[in-house]
Amino acid sequence: MKKRLYGIIIAGILFLIAMFAEFENVWMNRGIFIISYLLVGRKILKKAWRNLLRGKALDENFLMAVATLGAFLVGEFPEAVAVMLFYQVGELFQDYAVDKSRKSIASLMDIRPDYANVSRNAHIEKVDPSEVKIGEQIVVKPGEKIPLDGVIKEGSSMLDTAALTGESVPRSVNVGDDVLSGCINQNGLLTIEVTKEFGESTVSKILDLVENASSKKSKSEKFITKFAKYYTPVVVGIALVLAILPPLFLADAMFADWIYRALTFLVVSCPCALVISIPLGFFGGIGGASKVGILIKGSNYLEALSHTEMVVFDKTGTLTEGVFEVQEVNSAQMAKEDLLRMVAHAENFSNHPVAVSVKKAYSKEIDENVITKTEEISGHGIVTTVEGKEILVGNEKLMVQKNIAFSKCEALGTILYVAINQVFAGSIVIADMIKPDAPKAIQDLKKLSIRKTVMLTGDRKEVGENVAKQLQLDEVYTELLPDGKVQKVEELMKKKSEKGKIVFVGDGINDAPVLALSDIGMAMGGLGSDAAIEASDIVIMTDAPSKIGTAIRISKKTMKIVKQNTIFAISIKIAVLLLSAAGMSTMWEAVFADVGVSVLAILNSLRMLQVKE
Amino acid sequence: MIIFKIKGLDCAACALELEEKIQKVEGVKNTSISFMTEKLKIELEGENEAEVIEKIRKVIKKEEPDVTIEKI
Repeated sequence: MKKRLYGIIIAGILFLIAMFAEFENVWMNRGIFIISYLLVGRKILKKAWRNLLRGKALDENFLMAVATLGAFLVGEFPEAVAVMLFYQVGELFQDYAVDKSRKSIASLMDIRPDYANVSRNAHIEKVDPSEVKIGEQIVVKPGEKIPLDGVIKEGSSMLDTAALTGESVPRSVNVGDDVLSGCINQNGLLTIEVTKEFGESTVSKILDLVENASSKKSKSEKFITKFAKYYTPVVVGIALVLAILPPLFLADAMFADWIYRALTFLVVSCPCALVISIPLGFFGGIGGASKVGILIKGSNYLEALSHTEMVVFDKTGTLTEGVFEVQEVNSAQMAKEDLLRMVAHAENFSNHPVAVSVKKAYSKEIDENVITKTEEISGHGIVTTVEGKEILVGNEKLMVQKNIAFSKCEALGTILYVAINQVFAGSIVIADMIKPDAPKAIQDLKKLSIRKTVMLTGDRKEVGENVAKQLQLDEVYTELLPDGKVQKVEELMKKKSEKGKIVFVGDGINDAPVLALSDIGMAMGGLGSDAAIEASDIVIMTDAPSKIGTAIRISKKTMKIVKQNTIFAISIKIAVLLLSAAGMSTMWEAVFADVGVSVLAILNSLRMLQVKE
Repeated sequence: MIIFKIKGLDCAACALELEEKIQKVEGVKNTSISFMTEKLKIELEGENEAEVIEKIRKVIKKEEPDVTIEKI
């Protein structure tokens, strides 16, 4: 690229000398013009000749060659050189821009691990990650990338997940934790048992997704390629007519004058800069989005997202944490800590999510020796003996069945009632938490003038409506089975306007059909969930709902730039064509307008590479 | 699906034209060229992979002599 730049600079200097130096013989100037022209344009001439031999007369090199050689013929030496010179400046600039955005995407792709340290026969071997099998153990040193998905067997560390999620806070991991390939191990030495082959590992999936993103083309891209297909032949056709017909039929028309006008047409006949600025904009938008942890599977989805009219959410795992936690402990007589301890022991042998969250809230060692006789009463709860006392833990029905006078708890969520030795001892409320950034996410969508926000959930009416009220959602539908969600989305699809799009946001668990059905399926917390990555069109790597607004903003900005470029470039070209047909524009103006538009359109597209949260 | 790195394309319009030409090669089910990522993707029908790829190389050589492809 440097060599080309120097070539252009030298040719430019020669061009200026020829323009302004006053030699006695005019052929001195003309000679220097020709040297400058050949210096900068010989490759174009060569390509033009080669393409002509193969019958490709509408190739851009050929058109440029005809325009400039024609200018020499009608005696316009400076114009001939200037057109070639500026055309080359435009080309150089275009290559530079494409190169720059390719590099910026390549740096995103930097998550690809080069090797894995696998331990085989008591040795550590450095091998290609694709050669490692499930069940083998790998060692990851501080500073290295985790090459394959797995579970930690030894060691603890902080992981930098920024490349995957855009999240700058490192995550701490310990023995037993699942780790994802593509994260960088910051400080500890980790021994990991591989759970997925390289091709199935997170890093491969993400690389595939980003690399293939540009193969699904948007309507704007299709429009522009179609436009390019007809534009060149039409312009060249008109140029031919202009060169031949007027001098034949108009009394005072001169051939040289009309040929000059026709040549000016050829200068603006190549739509290449416009054609490149559109995919460049989408490419930048998709690249910028992946920098903040939003993976978009194609420019068609990025385009559709800008028409979002309705956002439909799944509740559990999307707007709420999807993890049940003890919210309240209401003790009737004893200390709260003691009640929690008794219940945690009573629930010790249960794997029910409710039991798990009670044990998590208690968080101390459980002494299994004090527990005897555990009996489960299906649909009601448990009867067991802890420290010699009979404990009942369960729902309202259990209390009624055992004739225990209890005080009803009105909190939202799952409520556990406890009786010790036939006396009511208190209740424990377990509920799912709303994600901390969910309220902000909904407000953000309203600011983006999304017409409606809807929540679908399989959860109980009171719970669902309470969440919807807290988040100020427009509509909520509760107690839906998975196929009920599909039905609801179908109904909502009928209500939207023709161009409007429905975005469904889910966590990929149980909602794959809805993700596929909606205009745009967005999977949240996509890290590690294959189903979500496959069924959705857009994957949000973190589980922050606020990224939905970010994605819509990126899409709107991309579309704005694409529209600006299309309208700006096409209207300038048409203006130049009209002016030169009327003889009011010279080749100078045509080439400046053409190259100027290319440069501006490309600069405009490059803005997409800078994405802020 | 076979993926090639495709280098030396001048512009997006040329990429599109080449894509159309490759699509017409016998034995090619589907193809796409991404100018931005410099990737040529080909889906073939039938078994004779080597033969079809040889044909594709010829088409490229004829249409865009400066373009090279390399399997990745």
